[in-house]
Amino acid sequence: MIYDPIDIALTLAKIALVFFVILTMAAYMVFAERKVLAWVQDRKGPNRVGPFGLLQPLADLIKLLTKEDFRPIGADKWLFYLAPAMAAIPAIMIFAVIPFGAPLTLFGHTVTLQVADLNVGLLLFMALSSIAVYGVALGGWASNSKYALLGSIRGLAQLISYELSMGLSLVPVVMLSRSFRLSDIVNAQSGCWFIVYQPLAFVIFLISIAAECKRIPFDLPEAEGELVAGFHTEYSGMRFGLFFVGEYINIIVLGGLAATFFLGGWHGPWLPPVVWFVGKVLAFAFLFIWVRGTLPRLRYDQLMHFGWKILTPLALVNILVTGWWMVLRG
Amino acid sequence: MAIIKDIYALLTGMWITWKHIFRRPVTIQYPEEKRQPYPRYRARIVLTRDPDGGERCVACQLCSAACPVDCISMQSAEGEGGRRYAEWFRINFARCIFCGLCAEACPTLAIQMTPDFEICKRDIMDLLYEKEDLLIDGCGKSPDYNFYRHTGIGVTQPRGNGAGENRPVDVRSLMP
Ligand code: SF4
Ligand code: SF4
Repeated sequence: MIYDPIDIALTLAKIALVFFVILTMAAYMVFAERKVLAWVQDRKGPNRVGPFGLLQPLADLIKLLTKEDFRPIGADKWLFYLAPAMAAIPAIMIFAVIPFGAPLTLFGHTVTLQVADLNVGLLLFMALSSIAVYGVALGGWASNSKYALLGSIRGLAQLISYELSMGLSLVPVVMLSRSFRLSDIVNAQSGCWFIVYQPLAFVIFLISIAAECKRIPFDLPEAEGELVAGFHTEYSGMRFGLFFVGEYINIIVLGGLAATFFLGGWHGPWLPPVVWFVGKVLAFAFLFIWVRGTLPRLRYDQLMHFGWKILTPLALVNILVTGWWMVLRG
Repeated sequence: MAIIKDIYALLTGMWITWKHIFRRPVTIQYPEEKRQPYPRYRARIVLTRDPDGGERCVACQLCSAACPVDCISMQSAEGEGGRRYAEWFRINFARCIFCGLCAEACPTLAIQMTPDFEICKRDIMDLLYEKEDLLIDGCGKSPDYNFYRHTGIGVTQPRGNGAGENRPVDVRSLMP
């Protein structure tokens, strides 16, 4: 394989663009979440900093950066410092495999709007999303605090309850598109979105990603009512900020994946592909915020019960039915 | 089936929150918009005067005794004619919980609660209100009441001349 300098430059430019856009979007997701939650609760939300409160993320950033970086006595120093990065970085790395627009032609080169078009993109996503849980588990364990430890135990228990059904719900997608490559999956949906063939898998995936990004009704590792702040109880300043922003990056990335797997990625009529993609991501983000404004938190055992006794069997049956249907259709 | 009922319940909840997104917020933007509290709202405490302009407070210490957090202190004194007054009178608003028990205890209706709730200060010592800060020129919520018109044991009028007060009885001339 010969590397063209223009290709390398374009890839670096894509990385920089994705990084910048994702971080900005994550910062504004915090703002959007506060606004939408406020509207749900008949309030106005942040509206003091800048016009309509639009500079609120900046103010939050300054606040977090100037806070004391505190480490509790008895905390495991390196793990404690490493954990926030372990939570945020895999989340943003997943975005590398997501195609966010139709291929463009620039300087005579075909540029895929995707940082890395891996042939195991889907598996990479599964792997990275499991690594992100290490951030939660180690962060809670290293803090030397019982609330944090309880939060991380819950995070792990939650992981084993939803990861399986999440993986299984994606199997029909792979069967239909006959590829692990995300660009192939998107192209396979140019005619008809997979949500039409696989509504059940879509619902299972949606529930699983709500658990994956630790959102209500599955925010057990944080559970501010019971565990103070769960696994990040002892974090302050920008380390807390990393956990926090990691959660929102996760929402964006998982929303992007749900769009890629079931809603045809960047496919859509009339509007440019990138707009379609961003629109779908934002729709998922809004859905998550809306659900947070509505539902209460599940209990630990309810989540396990739900994951193991309902979602996983359903996903398995769904795979069988899909296979059967594909064989029948030839 | 239970699951259908559950899904229905979820969707109704989502529908309700969806409708609330488009409701007008009930927020009052505080420093710009202010809400007028009801007249009986319990906030800053004042010492009122009677309709003749005299101080109502007779330094009886009842408010101080009723106060659950002990934030009222005073020194009583007696003016000419035997009329009692507070030499100094101090309320520590940093401690006051605005329960209104002092106003309930006061026999002369001198100490009263007002709806003015904006009394935060930068320095906690500024929340120590002295008698000059507390005393107002009006009668507050009971404009006609004058303690000494009703009783007052011969301070402003001879005994038995108060409104609604019976004449003193001459026990020696009491005949069946
Ligand atoms: S304010 Fe009322 S209760 Fe308090 S000392 Fe004066 S007269 Fe007595
Ligand atoms: S309102 Fe309550 S706390 Fe405040 S001075 Fe009166 S009795 Fe004391």
